[in-house]
Amino acid sequence: MTKPVLEINNLQTHFFTDRGEIPAVDDVSFSINAGEVLGIVGESGCGKSVTSLSVMGLVPNPPGKIVGGEILFRRQEGRDKAEDLVKVSRKRLRAIRGDQIAMIFQEPMTSLDPLFTIGHQIIEAVRNHRKVTKKQARAKAVEMLKLVGIPRAEEIVDEYPHQLSGGMRQRVMIAIAMSCDPEVLIADEPTTALDVTIQAQILELMKDLNRKKGTAIMMITHDLGVVAEICDRVVVMYAGKIVEEGDVRTILKSPKHPYTQGLIRSLPKMSNRDSRLYSIPGNVPKPGSIKQGCRFAARCPEVFDRCTQENPELLNLGEGHGCRCFLYEKEGKIVNV
Amino acid sequence: METATEPKKQPHMPGPDNQKPNQADGEAISPWKEAYWQLRKNKLAIVGIIIITFFILIAIFAPLLTNYTYHSISAADRLQGPSAAHWLGTDDLGRDIFTRIVYGARISLMVGFFAVSGALIFGSILGIIAGYYGRWVDMIISRIFDIMLAFPSILLAIAIVAILGPSLQNALIAIAIVNIPIFGRLVRSKVISIRQEEYIMAAKAQGMKNGRILVHHVLPNSVAPIIVQATLSFGTAILEAAALGFLGLGAQAPTPEWGKMLSDSRQFIQSAPWTVLFPGLSIMLVVLGFNMIGDGLRDALDPKMKS
Repeated sequence: MTKPVLEINNLQTHFFTDRGEIPAVDDVSFSINAGEVLGIVGESGCGKSVTSLSVMGLVPNPPGKIVGGEILFRRQEGRDKAEDLVKVSRKRLRAIRGDQIAMIFQEPMTSLDPLFTIGHQIIEAVRNHRKVTKKQARAKAVEMLKLVGIPRAEEIVDEYPHQLSGGMRQRVMIAIAMSCDPEVLIADEPTTALDVTIQAQILELMKDLNRKKGTAIMMITHDLGVVAEICDRVVVMYAGKIVEEGDVRTILKSPKHPYTQGLIRSLPKMSNRDSRLYSIPGNVPKPGSIKQGCRFAARCPEVFDRCTQENPELLNLGEGHGCRCFLYEKEGKIVNV
Repeated sequence: METATEPKKQPHMPGPDNQKPNQADGEAISPWKEAYWQLRKNKLAIVGIIIITFFILIAIFAPLLTNYTYHSISAADRLQGPSAAHWLGTDDLGRDIFTRIVYGARISLMVGFFAVSGALIFGSILGIIAGYYGRWVDMIISRIFDIMLAFPSILLAIAIVAILGPSLQNALIAIAIVNIPIFGRLVRSKVISIRQEEYIMAAKAQGMKNGRILVHHVLPNSVAPIIVQATLSFGTAILEAAALGFLGLGAQAPTPEWGKMLSDSRQFIQSAPWTVLFPGLSIMLVVLGFNMIGDGLRDALDPKMKS
């Protein structure tokens, strides 16, 4: 079995604030294989964005800091030679960023510098990592714009961001991210700010690029629709911890963790239009506020005494399906000790 | 009034004043071009530009505009009212006021230019350092700015001139120093806010160096408010120079500095009002001109990057 392109082991990213140390990402481990689309799902504040920023080395410091764990990145050639992104020099990290691991953000409207043309920004990105002439970089820019399905690429290349719509800008962001043929593309809620129809187009584009170029995608989202559309495997996070992981069919068809079950139940369904929409009672706890027991205990419909006293471990339910819940202790074995 | 201006708000009026091409033309519209169109539509700004252009022209062509020198004294021509020989009259030493105002324009514009440039350069550097490095560097620089801003600017300028000695050059230096925190704070706040923009995060995610991001993304995006502030400061600087001149701390005789002319003539304000009126009017017009341009630029640049 080939080793994963990105492997995160026991990652701990904490924020040091006036109110004390807050574990935004608490002992998170997962991996992404080459060419795979991994979804990271969870509510706002569950640590999914901080996880992605940790991989990029972009956690705002202060107050944030990676206090433990490792992020192993393996290039396509020489896959067994792994680099730990937590430990590499800043210079090396900069060289990897944008070249081998690229990222796109939630807000396409503000992710492009308003003062420069689209072409200028793609050329800048290409020339940052590749020794090419301006002319070559410009040709690459037009090629990338065509690749992401932008019409009139030769003209758009000289236009300014404010002349483009949100969907178009997100395509440009993807073009910039893909311009150096990265091994991993991290997408932090790339479709959240877009219209539903545009969302589908952008997802289609990403899936297409994933297939054509073999780029692994780490898709951060709170939208299970997006997950169903594009992901191969899913990691569900809650309050800084992974509560369930597995392949997309298993997670969506037969979720094990009460939180995942709740998430799926709260999706609106066409079939029962009369009933009220389900929502998980309560709110996401503040990170670090729960010191003991399962973090979901306070909102869990199946809670019992032990949940508030002991931390559940991530259990292996077979075929890469993991779940952090006492309910399944008889079925599974502990994977993450 | 309301109804009179109504039709002009139509977005695509044909005519030379509104040559904004349609988006459909596929022409690249840079934010600067957009601002230029906005500025051209602003009548007050145009008036300001005309006033300042007028003063710049008379400053450049001063020797061609008059047959007198600004320092030639003539006892026979003392305190004469405006006439064909002396368009704006003469002062108590018989010097031609028109000549002195024309040459004074050179001084005022120069003071404005150099004082603003100095304040702009040093203020921006300090502002960038404070905004970019943050923490204790920011603490120290910001507190120094706060202390400087705690003084009324003219008082601080007087203190600086008192230390350096009264001369036009020292007045200029004092005005530059007094204006440093104004630019410093502006640039600092702009750098801090732009650093949090998503396109800066995106640039970092592309693996760009901090220095490159600062020069290529943070600075260009901070330029608009700096230009506006510089234009407005031009007026203030000229006013401050005139005030220092009036107090005898700036230009020394016989330099035809407008503020100095005012103070030299103030005892004749009733017997020969033109000696005070015209220098005063010149100061007012130049400051007004710069303020009008500044306001126009702000309107054109500040709601910037709107689509």
